Amino acid sequence: MARTIIDPELEALKAGDEVAFEAIITRYHGPLMRLAMAYVRDHGVAEDVVQETWLTCLRTLDRFEGRSSLKTWIFGILMNVARARRRKESRILPFASLFRRDDSDSRRPTVDPHRFGSNGLWTTPPDSWSNMPEATVMSREALDRVKVAIEALPEKQREIVILRDIAGMDSDEVCELLAISATNQRVRLHRGRAAVRRMLEEYLQ
Amino acid sequence: MKCRDVVELMTEYLEGTLSSTDRARFEEHIAGCDGCTAYLEQLRATRRVLGKLADEPIPEPVKSELLKAFKNWKSR
Repeated sequence: MARTIIDPELEALKAGDEVAFEAIITRYHGPLMRLAMAYVRDHGVAEDVVQETWLTCLRTLDRFEGRSSLKTWIFGILMNVARARRRKESRILPFASLFRRDDSDSRRPTVDPHRFGSNGLWTTPPDSWSNMPEATVMSREALDRVKVAIEALPEKQREIVILRDIAGMDSDEVCELLAISATNQRVRLHRGRAAVRRMLEEYLQ
Repeated sequence: MKCRDVVELMTEYLEGTLSSTDRARFEEHIAGCDGCTAYLEQLRATRRVLGKLADEPIPEPVKSELLKAFKNWKSR
């Protein structure tokens, strides 16, 4: 579906507005870094990928007509740059990572079945976090745990969790960017978030 | 609905993709179940923590390098 909405930010970029460019690179730096690290792992390499992404954006900006949102366009370029970079470095990828189990599209339970009785009700219910100080849930250490959890996800889940919950894209944008169905998108998001929750629960216990 | 099934519907609930019948049954279950209420709250908290990871600041040298590239592009 072609969109023809005029994006003021895109217009500003094309007009050479430096303030607009600075705002965009500042806003998307974190999400782009996280997404780059979904493919290349190494922080320094991820920084290179983000930089190359912006340079590619500038090189091709004149040709971009705004058929997708500016954000989707930028993230799509990053994915291409990051995947190309990974291909180049694939010789040094740990062999084991090729054989990692990927249950991204399965409907297997996302919560340990032992936590439910034979009647399907909780026997080991989760703790309520609502009494926990937000500073604990959002602590540096919790964030680091979550980073580790994301990196441990199968790639199909990792991409989606990053695009949805870190980059703040909606499901339509993600389906368009990854060329997947709404159902696949949702199942992978469900599995990915559940895995990150498990890691947080372990940490906060 | 049982807790075991309810937890697997949480993303569909949050995405707003449950049918109205399922949504009503889901909400009815949650209203009477502390465990599932806590689980839903944990998923929401997980999303907040994930959102926080977007905050990584752009390093100054990277920013100035890119601004330079933008100026070059502009005066091309």
